[in-house]
Amino acid sequence: MAEITLTHLLFLSTALFFIGAFGFLTRRNMITMLMSVELMLNSVNINFIAFNKYLFADRLDGVFFTLFLIAIAAAEAAVAIAIIINIYRNYQSIDIDDADSMKF
Amino acid sequence: MDLSLLLAMKFELMITLIIFILLFMKIDGRANNQTVIRISYLLLFLNLGFGFAGNVSGEIFNGMFRSTPLLAFQKNILNLATLIIALSSYEWLRNHKHLPEFFILLLSSLLGMFFMMSSGNLLMFYLGLELSTIPLAALCNFDLHKKISSEAAMKMILSSAFSSAILLFGISLIYGATGSFDFKVITSVLTGTTLQKLAFILIFSGFAFKLSVVPFHLWTADVYEGSPIAVTAFLSVVSKASMSFIFITVLYTTFISMATTWYYVLATTAVITMIVGNLFALRQTNLKRFLAFSSIAQVGYLLIGISGASQIGIASVVYFILIYVFSNLAAFGVISVISSLTGKETISDYKGLYASNPALALIMALSLFSLAGIPPTAGFFGKLFLLTAGASILNWPLIIIASLNLIVSLYYYLNIVRAMFIDETDEPMVKLNFSTNEAVAFFMCVAGVLSIGFLKGVFEFIFGLSSVL
Repeated sequence: MAEITLTHLLFLSTALFFIGAFGFLTRRNMITMLMSVELMLNSVNINFIAFNKYLFADRLDGVFFTLFLIAIAAAEAAVAIAIIINIYRNYQSIDIDDADSMKF
Repeated sequence: MDLSLLLAMKFELMITLIIFILLFMKIDGRANNQTVIRISYLLLFLNLGFGFAGNVSGEIFNGMFRSTPLLAFQKNILNLATLIIALSSYEWLRNHKHLPEFFILLLSSLLGMFFMMSSGNLLMFYLGLELSTIPLAALCNFDLHKKISSEAAMKMILSSAFSSAILLFGISLIYGATGSFDFKVITSVLTGTTLQKLAFILIFSGFAFKLSVVPFHLWTADVYEGSPIAVTAFLSVVSKASMSFIFITVLYTTFISMATTWYYVLATTAVITMIVGNLFALRQTNLKRFLAFSSIAQVGYLLIGISGASQIGIASVVYFILIYVFSNLAAFGVISVISSLTGKETISDYKGLYASNPALALIMALSLFSLAGIPPTAGFFGKLFLLTAGASILNWPLIIIASLNLIVSLYYYLNIVRAMFIDETDEPMVKLNFSTNEAVAFFMCVAGVLSIGFLKGVFEFIFGLSSVL
């Protein structure tokens, strides 16, 4: 059976990153946009773990960064969802096209 | 562990202490708004005074946290700016239902900025960055029932999450290329391969989002317009200042082996930033939106100073930011007073302001002169040193474009001065009374704007500090 190499993992993480970016730019529902950003952050997590395992296995820097990143992503999601709930109270919608009081 | 090393973190410890005091006051719940606001002002004054004596330099936690005389000076600037913002938003805060939370979130954000500026490690840098951004997004939503406030907060949190994802992807590539998060180790390993250049571009994009460098500026105007004025002032002054300080550190130490690469990136973005910021500022009618675009243009000049890549570059950026704090916060203070007392925020509302409120009109005019860079005010000297630092590379077209942009900016700054002093109006503003707190804030700003340019020692002092980043 063929072995999984670093290249495979990097391909996966890069694909995930751009899927997330594409979703962020095209989706119009705020919760889905938030999920897309989480996808991008998770692709970074895969990157860190993969580099750590294949290239720098003697130290755990990458794994530590991942742990911090998961915690921060959770904090960010908490604040973002609170803000989205407030948007819903003010606009009765979480579609980003409806929240358009400010334009130039 | 040597306890004196903890003194290297004394700015951070002091702010943490204040956050806890305010948190307990909130939980206790007996203090009324007036008491809370007085105690907060007192604590912020103490915090500012505490920063001037007994600073210890050094590295702790294996070089994760650094402290240098320059960093202490930068933190003092940010403390001062926070104090001025808190004082000048007294009228808005006075009757706010969630007053303690405002200070808690504001100081958490400031704490994050301090950790970010002092970081010697990408992990620490990222933690500080997020600690400064997440509370700021919550602060943007502080007028809970206002539609535009929640819209601004939504735009802020989504765009900052997106930008930090891009930044993180860059950090992960740097980790893959070097195997370390430590700035010093990264510096010694980086050589400028294609992968490292890609990583640099991604990290630069993350910085550019926070500094609102064109083409990453689109969130700025909406967030500035929707947020409460105190938060807008904090975003445009303190957040940008801290970001540009750490930007200098990262460029001048970590990425110094790619200096030619980033010089062209900086020069190009500086030109676009100045032009776009100025052109959009010309057509704004809302004052907060106007100041958003004017601050984008100012970041363009800042980038020229940073691109100088020398000790003068560092010193001129710090000096410019010191002046920018005073001149921009004076303008925001006037807007804050007028908006919280009358709810008026557009330029046409300011017509005939001099006739009814001469003091406010004069302060506003002074700060606009300083932002435009007209000689007697300090703003002129700030811009002069920035362009001098940029000119050391001998890239004359860049300096010429910057000077032409300065002329364009004169038009829109003086437009407001004209509205206040010359234009007639049918419905002039009533005479507004502001409290001692705002008067103190205005006094500090005006004194700063008028004196810093003429105090010969200031720039030399900063120049001396900036020999060690």
